[in-house]
Amino acid sequence: MKKVVLLAVFALATVVTYAGGYRVSLQGNKALAMGHTGVAVVNSAESVFFNPAGLVYLENKLSISAGVSGVFSTVAYQNEALGTYAETDNPISTPLYLYASYQATDWLAFGLGIYTPYGSTVEYEDDWAGSHLVNSIDLQAIFIQGSVSLKVNDKFSVGGGPIYVTGAVNFNRNLSRSLTDLEGNRSEVTIDATGVTNWGWTAGFMFNPTDNLRIGANYRSEIILEAENGDADFENVPNSPLTPFVDTQFDASLPLPAELTVGLSYEFCEKWTFAFDFNRAFWDVYESLNIDFANPQVPDSENLRNYKNSSSYRFGLQYDVTKMFTLRAGYYFDETPVRDGYFAPETPRNDSNGYTAGLTVNVGEHFQIDASFLYLHFKEVDASYDYYFDQGVRAPFSGTYKSSAFVPGLGVSYKL
Amino acid sequence: MKNTINICLGLLAIGFVSCEPEFDNPVNEEGFYDSGSADFSNYVAVGNSLTAGFADGALYITGQQNSYPNIMAGQFEFAGGGEFTQPLVNDNLGGLLLNGTQIADNRFVLSVGPDGNRAPVLLEGEPTTEVTNGPTGPFNNMGIPGAKSFHLAAPGYGNAAGILSGAANPYFARIATSANTTVIADAASLSPSFFTLWIGNNDILSYATSGGVGVDQTGNIDPSTYGPNDITDPNVFASVYSQEVDALAASASGGVLINIPDVSSIPYFTTVPTQAIPLDAATAAAVNSQFALYNAQVLPGLVAAGFISQEEATARMINFSAGQNFPIMTDDDLTDITPILIAQGIPADTAALLGQLRQVNNNDLIVLTASSVLGTQANPDIPNSIIGVAVPLGDQFVLTGVEQGRVATASAAYNATIQGIAGSKDLAFVDARAALRQVAQGGVAYNGGVLTSVFATGGAFSLDGVHPTPRGYAFTANTIIDAINAKYNATIPKVEIGNYATITLANNAPTQ
Repeated sequence: MKKVVLLAVFALATVVTYAGGYRVSLQGNKALAMGHTGVAVVNSAESVFFNPAGLVYLENKLSISAGVSGVFSTVAYQNEALGTYAETDNPISTPLYLYASYQATDWLAFGLGIYTPYGSTVEYEDDWAGSHLVNSIDLQAIFIQGSVSLKVNDKFSVGGGPIYVTGAVNFNRNLSRSLTDLEGNRSEVTIDATGVTNWGWTAGFMFNPTDNLRIGANYRSEIILEAENGDADFENVPNSPLTPFVDTQFDASLPLPAELTVGLSYEFCEKWTFAFDFNRAFWDVYESLNIDFANPQVPDSENLRNYKNSSSYRFGLQYDVTKMFTLRAGYYFDETPVRDGYFAPETPRNDSNGYTAGLTVNVGEHFQIDASFLYLHFKEVDASYDYYFDQGVRAPFSGTYKSSAFVPGLGVSYKL
Repeated sequence: MKNTINICLGLLAIGFVSCEPEFDNPVNEEGFYDSGSADFSNYVAVGNSLTAGFADGALYITGQQNSYPNIMAGQFEFAGGGEFTQPLVNDNLGGLLLNGTQIADNRFVLSVGPDGNRAPVLLEGEPTTEVTNGPTGPFNNMGIPGAKSFHLAAPGYGNAAGILSGAANPYFARIATSANTTVIADAASLSPSFFTLWIGNNDILSYATSGGVGVDQTGNIDPSTYGPNDITDPNVFASVYSQEVDALAASASGGVLINIPDVSSIPYFTTVPTQAIPLDAATAAAVNSQFALYNAQVLPGLVAAGFISQEEATARMINFSAGQNFPIMTDDDLTDITPILIAQGIPADTAALLGQLRQVNNNDLIVLTASSVLGTQANPDIPNSIIGVAVPLGDQFVLTGVEQGRVATASAAYNATIQGIAGSKDLAFVDARAALRQVAQGGVAYNGGVLTSVFATGGAFSLDGVHPTPRGYAFTANTIIDAINAKYNATIPKVEIGNYATITLANNAPTQ
């Protein structure tokens, strides 16, 4: 009963809002404020996600970080030749995280993380110009990760652990560009899968050649989400053997790609830290989104994606202003995995620039408040999805897209 | 803490409103599209069933919503277009009631039989559109199904009392502002800022669809004497057409005149093949033997006696062979030899059979409705009373070459008038005849397909074989928008015709 696949598929669709495919790169307010760097940064339990190898270098017996982001994202679409216009009306999504790290011995630390690196909602106006590709998508995925961090010596550590994913997806689109029932209501399908689960893993190392310099690398495995026996609900279908769309079950699979991050952090002038991460996501695994309906009369749905591997480049800076305040800022460039001609409105994602800032306020000795802000900017882009077929004839869906996202985040850290 | 988060998020959200993505040149911003020298604030469309959005043999809501004027009005909104009102009927069945009695059939839908055969059938259901209880006009869409050119200017055409006698039109009676008003008067009372006029199709089409059973009234300038299936005199057409254009143009910044397509471009006339009768060699020989005397003696005798020409005798020869055959038919343009044959002692029923008999030929067009008649038994009790083989196909099922000639002559005259008036009154002109011929001959490519006039599957024509589908109407709207943009230096965007539906699929009974 691994229903993960579909989830993954639709997760892809949510790419719009965030970095990388359907990734939602909001896994820590401290890291996000520094351009979502962190593979070579040691400052909180956020390392559970960014690089478990760093946990063992945390100075406290117990470190806990938790936080939430509010994602305000909009995608606008228009086609000048046709006068069509659409703007998503996405509900605010709130990715969460909770990390805890426990220093068992001088050389061994354990970590636990719960986070939501995939998950979003994209809602276009019903029956908009691209409704044959997507009306709405709602993806929720929760990752639960256990970690072990081992210090080999003061300069080198390793860390990693298993990841358990549980997710749900709901996706709606119209069956074609023009099919309606007798009253003119567009025929549509909603597929829904919950409790889609699967396992993956993460592993990394950290190397500290000097007191000021850390180098880190972290690999997160591919997780294929396979939805089985999800519910497919067909509405407004004409009463005709020529449109044999009846409610049925479906199978689908969606890959969450593997990713490799390498980076460094460097402390200078006592109060400053610079961090750089290079991230490579192996999106080429996402070739096609195929929905296999259980009822043999219902035609299966094949949607070419043909993603390519993509890179992102992340830069962050931290400044300890006083004992009480720490300021952070960052920038990242995120390359799209979407090739020309494969630009689908469920994943209307071109290259993006992320600008981040944030601060930490120390409240007493044990407690910190972390705030961050991300503005994700996409250039206006003319793009098309060329692999939609209307009764076997290619019918590209093209237009101009512009997207942006504003993501304020707030979190707390506790150290004992 | 949770409250703090909410407050912070809320404050930030307020700040973000101004940060939503905005295009460099948003299409929904005023000024992106230009109306040129035209004013679309009050667009009025006048015409017949095509303007009304009639399809599948009926007028129903979704058909009206996909009428070409409504599609155009939607695009006009990008450049100053105003509200566009339509006299929507009550349901998607399409039938009409007059004082509770159904006077017009429901729409056709494509049904699949238990054997897998696909055929148009009437959608079942009780229609709810009562002619005597309609909304009161005028409406921006003044397309009146069935109207001919002179009807638009005929007082009383909307008088419900005249419907059953044929003097009035139920679709106009439903919305007419008074019993004695005219379509043009109601339309002109809206003081259109822009108009389209597409009228004259029925002035030839009812003759053509009825297989030429009407009369070519060319030379008769009194339309009150015309029958419903007659061809309108071109001078009558020119006269009323000019008046109608003047009435609509009086207040308008501009307008569009649309000409009349060829009947041979529409599937009602091109779907049933002329060689519709399959016979094996034995049957063909048997049938031929029935006509041996007629071919060898009767026809030469009539020529010798001077009743018919040799040319007519040749045309009247009957000959079947193994394979696909032309059916036999009644042609009212042939000399009626019934009385001559009776005088020669031939039994009356046989004489009547042979009276205006010939075989269909390649110059004829068999109409769509003949498909349910051809090859069936004229008399259920007589197994060999096969229509097209032993019993002639009725004249109303065949538009002969001669009849086509009359249609072509009249429509050429109408079209010359339309184009001439467009020129003299400086209005946009749309050559719908050329556009439709393109659809019929090879088709018109669009994003995701090719629009053709092949019946049921071509995408352009609805199941009545005469009226367009929503996709066909969208193509029409684009064609007209092209002409408007060219004439008035406007930049109205066209529509994606692949997003418009074609024929409607529905089985009356639930499927498994």
